Amino acid sequence: MAAKARKITTVEKKLIGVADIVIDAAQRRRDPTFAIPVRSLSNVTFDEKKGLIELGRRKQARSFFNVGMAKKFMQTVLVADALCELQRANLTTSLREIYYRSKHTIKNSHENTLDTQDESDPLIEDLEVTLAALREELHVRAENAGSVVGPLVLVDDGDTVDCARLGKGGYSVPSIVEPEYLDIRRCTADFVLLVEKGTQWNRLSEDKFWRTHNCVLLTGNGQPPRGVRRLARRLHDEKKLPVYVLVDNDPWGYYIYSVIKQGSINLAFESERMAIPKAKFMGLSSADPEAYELPRNVGIKLNDKDVARAKELLGYTWFQKKDWQTEIKRMLSSGLKYELDALANKDFQYLTKKYLPHKLKEKDWLD
Amino acid sequence: MAKSSRKKGRPEPAAQPATPKPAVSAAPKPPVSAVEMGARQREISVSEFFTKNRHLLGFDNPRKALLTCVKEAVDNALDACEEAGILPDVVVKLEVAANGGPPPPASQASRFRITVTDNGPGIVRQQIPPIFAKLLYGSKFHRLRMSRGQQGIGISAAGMYGQLTTGKPVQIISRTGARSPAHFFEVQIDTKKNEPLILEKKQIEWEAPRGTQVTIEVEGRYQKGRASVDEYLEQTIIANPHVKLTYLTPEGETKVLPRTYDQVPESPREIKPHPYGIELGMLLKMLQDTKSHWLSGFLAGDFSRVSPHLAEEICKTAGLSPRARPRDVLGQTAENLYKTIQSTKIMAPPTNCLSPIGEQAILSGLYQQIKGEFYTAVSRPPAVYRGNPFVIEAGLAYGRGPEQAQEDQQKQAVPLAEGEEADGNEHELARVIRYANRVPLLYQQSACAIFKAVLDTTWRNYGVTQSRGALPAGPMVIFVHMASVWVPFTSESKEAIAEYDEIHKEITLALRECGRRLGAFLRRRERAYSEQSRRDIFALYIEEVVESCNRLKGGRLPVAKLKEQLHKMALKRTGGEKTDQVLGKNGSGPEGLPHSIIVTPDGVEGEVPKIIAEPSTTVAANGNGHPAADDKGAEAAKGAESAKAAPRAEAKARGHGKARREHAGRVAQGRKTDRRPRSAHPTARSKARARRGKG
Ligand SMILES: Nc1ncnc2c1ncn2[C@@H]1O[C@H](COP(=O)(O)OP(=O)(O)O)[C@@H](O)[C@H]1O
Ligand SMILES: [Mg+2]
Repeated sequence: MAAKARKITTVEKKLIGVADIVIDAAQRRRDPTFAIPVRSLSNVTFDEKKGLIELGRRKQARSFFNVGMAKKFMQTVLVADALCELQRANLTTSLREIYYRSKHTIKNSHENTLDTQDESDPLIEDLEVTLAALREELHVRAENAGSVVGPLVLVDDGDTVDCARLGKGGYSVPSIVEPEYLDIRRCTADFVLLVEKGTQWNRLSEDKFWRTHNCVLLTGNGQPPRGVRRLARRLHDEKKLPVYVLVDNDPWGYYIYSVIKQGSINLAFESERMAIPKAKFMGLSSADPEAYELPRNVGIKLNDKDVARAKELLGYTWFQKKDWQTEIKRMLSSGLKYELDALANKDFQYLTKKYLPHKLKEKDWLD
Repeated sequence: MAKSSRKKGRPEPAAQPATPKPAVSAAPKPPVSAVEMGARQREISVSEFFTKNRHLLGFDNPRKALLTCVKEAVDNALDACEEAGILPDVVVKLEVAANGGPPPPASQASRFRITVTDNGPGIVRQQIPPIFAKLLYGSKFHRLRMSRGQQGIGISAAGMYGQLTTGKPVQIISRTGARSPAHFFEVQIDTKKNEPLILEKKQIEWEAPRGTQVTIEVEGRYQKGRASVDEYLEQTIIANPHVKLTYLTPEGETKVLPRTYDQVPESPREIKPHPYGIELGMLLKMLQDTKSHWLSGFLAGDFSRVSPHLAEEICKTAGLSPRARPRDVLGQTAENLYKTIQSTKIMAPPTNCLSPIGEQAILSGLYQQIKGEFYTAVSRPPAVYRGNPFVIEAGLAYGRGPEQAQEDQQKQAVPLAEGEEADGNEHELARVIRYANRVPLLYQQSACAIFKAVLDTTWRNYGVTQSRGALPAGPMVIFVHMASVWVPFTSESKEAIAEYDEIHKEITLALRECGRRLGAFLRRRERAYSEQSRRDIFALYIEEVVESCNRLKGGRLPVAKLKEQLHKMALKRTGGEKTDQVLGKNGSGPEGLPHSIIVTPDGVEGEVPKIIAEPSTTVAANGNGHPAADDKGAEAAKGAESAKAAPRAEAKARGHGKARREHAGRVAQGRKTDRRPRSAHPTARSKARARRGKG
């Protein structure tokens, strides 16, 4: 059999373990139960030394013989089954396809195994944490939503990609950038600039900022997807490049930065492989409007949600540094937020020609 | 609300047993007038009296008149049978009477011929004319004894009504025994003299060995539904399961309501009135009518619980000579005597004069007539109001029958689409059926003490929804019976029971006990249902989990073994065998619920009544009955033979579930053939049970 010849992956073994939990429990007449690490703020700790958000030890039991959990338990096994199928076929797929693959009507009933994708997505995260397997290892990919340009040569499926020769569009970062799939052949840049928005990335790419300042320009069009974060991390680890983050000056921007730097609460278990604790916050800072003389009328009034979110950030352990407290409080007291786009008020190329060069020269960033 | 209007102390009851004379009205009157007026009344023609009092006598409109005539005849038939210790076998026949030309359909007709036949003791020849053609002639007026007749205005009034509206005489056939001849009479009332006119009398051949048949042609209207003849007969059978009733409807249908209880109610004893129970008018009349020569002798002899010693004492307190002539005690003196009597401490009246229906019989009647899943009955011990002993009995039939319940469950298995709503039956209200001395009360529900007590009961305590000041909601029939030598009605039309604290209290206590049992039943069933649905959930998901595990294990899993292990655990974790038991799946009875029946799709548990086999003679007597039905009845009774001795003990014994189910099955079979049991609420829709929990 061909299957026999194939080497069983670690992840596959972990997935089969899900079935073993059921079988063993039934054997011993115990209620089959998964212990799933709790994914919430209350179960994460911030390791200051490592600069990482780490998952705590608290676990929640998901038992089959509990009316409230029976269905979720069944769905978890179903999703594990679908993921194992991916491993065996050596295919990657999307969250949505996993949902469709696992959806059917339960025998002798009018009930669906899954009603919406909202039910299956968290189960995949549950399996990621429970089995300590990254989503990439589970062969589940996100949308390709990132771009990169710069003095960087990659090998993707045997194709050599020189990111300096792809015009202003750059290379579309795949969602899985693990070494098995993507090899970083060469990189001569001095640093990585991770830009929140596509608009600014386009501006910088068009202005060949990466050439004038010898850097890799990365964007994730909003909250950077896992592929972009992972690529930045690899460049940081493997090529020892400092990573600078450029986001809007609003609570969401701070949050994006914090996820890049120390990981997210939801997927804290991945911080180890995804987070870049040494990443720096380049801007937009709440000090910038004054420093760069942005007129008040290009600011946007903070809404209630912004204020609440900012106050929440003030409480996070990883925002306790004095500079950060000042940063956030300054935004709150000004009552205004600023988009990166607002810099165009001064000049279309203000970002490329004035703002960033000045910031880099002054080493004006937050840690 | 009801509390404030309830009567305290000693109000005047609306009517008295001894004063159904034309002149007597509900209004208070000066003491002497009753006697005087009694004398004057003789001059008024009976037709005038009748026309004036139509509304009090139950002839206010053609529909009600038809019912009243049927009721008078049926009540008499049952009273006569019971008094003679005969299990009643009554045939009621309604025919559309053609008034020249072809008969119209029943719903359009305005004239009906009512024929009621019984297997009672019959009536001696000489008595027939006055009974049927002389107003206010009867054997039940002047005695204090529990009987249906007390409520009636007499069969002669029905005959009078027929005579006035159609001009037709009343026809009677009666026979007192197989060796006596049957007599046929055609009689009318001489409306001037209130005397019978005999139009025809002869001896005839009659197939029945004994009994009475009366035929009256009346103006009427036949309409089904509330307060109809049909409803009256159905309700009669519920409270009188010892009766076999054959009903030939004006639409040509034959409905046989079989007997399910084979004991003639114990004949109630006649008692003398208790001093607390009489009013001044009654006292005056008794003073005139007594055979005693001395006042003390009158008091001791004509009342219950008055000893000669106590009689002397009353006389002394009232300032009267014990030797006074009763006839001379009039006016103020009589009033003094009355007041003295009422303030003297007198022992409560005896209660052995009452003949309650009994829990077993009520259960039989409800089970027979109403489709349901749960039945229970409670007879309270005797109590006393105003010197009158009475007994309250209550019963409940709950649910829509096992077939309907199963259907509902199936319906509910289909998941609802978005925007679809489960059928609710929250607006469906309970039905209250009221009885006084075994006679259904069909009018003036909201004025009745029974109805008020039902409203005042907090049904929510028993797992039944109830809006404020409303009847409880749900597929439920509430049965309440008051048995008394003297039932206090709110008015002379005798359709609602007056509220007395003692009566209200007794009804409430009986209803609460029924409610508690219902609550226990509902809670237990709910718990079992939820265990069942939990088990269903697990069973459903076990398949999925095992299939997935098998694929994860590369198809090398002993699937059947894992499934079995998981199913076993599911059973254990959902109440195990107990759930089956509570749901009646393995034949255990309604433990801890006395005088109750639980019906499930798989059988009947509890004190299951049986269809009583007919002796062949009675079958012949009613001739037009359905022989097939009778055969079925006999078969069912045979099947029930084993359970006959102690059905309850047997129902409780374990390990006999199978036999019991078979028996129940046969009973059910008999039921199906004999009748079409009406559901408590035919329009009832499924009560929306909670959707199966998800995730
Ligand atoms: N079907 C019958 N069989 C035997 N006796 C009857 C029957 N119908 C009436 N009677 C007798 O005639 C009497 C008068 O009946 P009725 O006028 O209805 O007054 P009530 O029923 O109030 O006594 C009854 O008390 C009973 O003795
Ligand atoms: Mg009568």
